[in-house]
Amino acid sequence: MLQTIRERRGLQVLGLMLPGGFWLIVFFALPLALIFAISLMSRDELSRPALPLTLANYQQTFDPLYINLFLFSIGLSLLTTLITLIIAFPVALFMARLPRRWRTVMTLLVMIPFWTNFLVRTYALQFLMRANGPINTLLLNLGLIHEPIQMLSTPFAVLVGLVYGELPFMILPLYTSLEKFDWSIVEAAQDLGADALRTLVRVVLPLTAPGILAGSILVFVPSVGSYITVELMGGGKINMIGRVIAQQFGQSGNWPFGSAISLILMVVVTVAALVYFRIGRGERSAL
Amino acid sequence: MANDFAVELRDVVKLYGNMAAVDHVSMSIRHNEFFSLLGPSGCGKTTCLRIIAGFERPTSGQVLIDNKIMGLTPPFQRNVNTVFQSYALFPHMTVEQNVAFGLEMKGVSRAEINRRVGEALELVRLPHLAKRYPKQMSGGQQQRVALARALVNRPKVLLLDEPLGALDLKLRKEMQIELKTLQRDVGITFIYVTHDQEEALTMSDRIAVMSHGKALQIGSPLEIYERPTCKFVADFIGETNFLEGRVTAVNGEFATLTIRNGYVFTGRRVNGLQVGEVATLSVRPEKMQLVEHPVEGSANTYEVTVFSIAYVGSDTRVIINLGDQRLDVWEQNSTSTLNPDDYFFKPGEKAWLTFKPENALVLAQ
Repeated sequence: MLQTIRERRGLQVLGLMLPGGFWLIVFFALPLALIFAISLMSRDELSRPALPLTLANYQQTFDPLYINLFLFSIGLSLLTTLITLIIAFPVALFMARLPRRWRTVMTLLVMIPFWTNFLVRTYALQFLMRANGPINTLLLNLGLIHEPIQMLSTPFAVLVGLVYGELPFMILPLYTSLEKFDWSIVEAAQDLGADALRTLVRVVLPLTAPGILAGSILVFVPSVGSYITVELMGGGKINMIGRVIAQQFGQSGNWPFGSAISLILMVVVTVAALVYFRIGRGERSAL
Repeated sequence: MANDFAVELRDVVKLYGNMAAVDHVSMSIRHNEFFSLLGPSGCGKTTCLRIIAGFERPTSGQVLIDNKIMGLTPPFQRNVNTVFQSYALFPHMTVEQNVAFGLEMKGVSRAEINRRVGEALELVRLPHLAKRYPKQMSGGQQQRVALARALVNRPKVLLLDEPLGALDLKLRKEMQIELKTLQRDVGITFIYVTHDQEEALTMSDRIAVMSHGKALQIGSPLEIYERPTCKFVADFIGETNFLEGRVTAVNGEFATLTIRNGYVFTGRRVNGLQVGEVATLSVRPEKMQLVEHPVEGSANTYEVTVFSIAYVGSDTRVIINLGDQRLDVWEQNSTSTLNPDDYFFKPGEKAWLTFKPENALVLAQ
């Protein structure tokens, strides 16, 4: 048997592919196939997925109601990505320029929130933003406002929740690419007459594009499909596509429709990521 | 104008914590001069350069470029350009784009940029590589791009931080000549940082020898080599023999020194040394001769024992013993012969060492 494997190259390749292939099939291809199958099914009287096969679930997805939800989710996620980028870049820059010992400390500080349950952190945020919470109390006492601002159950609250939750996923890839950055290149740009802004635009940003891309995708993808944040910060009044999917698999008990939306979401995110990479690459070669 | 200089440092100090990287340095660099900052690593030469470029702010003292006090002027507003030790080329730009960068920042028109970039690449003989990216080029080529990128801006002063440090010896020698020629042709002041004394001697109009943040001596290569004003400079530039002792007589330009083992030597008196002071006689190996018979009554002449000889092509390097004092003497091989016996001295033989007082220096300890 071993002899045969040694002699036949085809078998060797197959053998090497086995562990990875097994992993891919069991954890990726099979679930995906399952979701795809369910998305094409109808429901029986007990709301269980059943035959006959139908395209109705996909047709339903293109209802303006859901199209708008998709657009809203994508829009809010893009905004989340942009805001995290704006916040994370200076933080990552600051971290990367610290002495080596302090960098480790800062990295740890960025990661520590992960050790607290995400649900607990979101509840804490909810508490801060309540009508009688610390933020409103402070603003009232300072006389800046005369009645509490309604912050929860607004898109703003969801945005804050998403930005807060996703920030580390932007900081860490940015930090990684900035840490490797050769700062003498920045000096060269300044030496050649570039002020801080032009150095940033012409030199630092293009060279850290891989980090920006990675961070943006790490933030955008979970944001589009986010559920807990929308549920807690939106107070049931804000709906995003991830929440719709959760409802279909939960309360509504409509697995086929939930599967259809999930797959559409996956396609949308994949296309967005591809476009994003294409833009990123275009920028690099154009500069 | 009497005080018309390209760059002036006035009593510049740069402290890092308690450590003075630059310690009260003053120097005036003339227009179109090839000026080198020479010293071992950590002597403050690169910090001086970075202070001129504006990357470091002096703790105290002033920098003047083209007779204007720089103060807090940021690097991008200074009329100097730098060739970095690591070249620091923009990896995401082609050679052409790298060279054009400075002109774009100045808002020069596209047509003018194209023309000048072409000229600059012509100057460093790289026009055929304009579309390449830095990582597709050799170290020597990258070095030329860095040079073109700086020169294209026609700066008042070009700052070069060990620009040839990363190149192999042969290429370095070629580039030394090329850089010197280039500097003469473009008529720009070069301030050149190096730890390679031969490089500094070959290329410079003037050299500042630095150690521990201080500029110990500033002068032409000739002055630095022939008339060092302190032990460090005498030791750092070229080879020399040091004989330590005490000044026993002073006679105008000359001082006489009695060394530990009782021998007495006379050399040029430096640093205004007085009788009784501890001093060092510095005499270079090529400025001494070994002879069979001494000239009657000549100074600095003693019988010595040859310890070893080494034939190194252009000269023969002889190590001799003068009592317990060991000295290097280099004899030029001015005749061509294949017979080893033609080289007069052999280890163990006696010979007479002699050198003129004007060829030696008596330096402060």
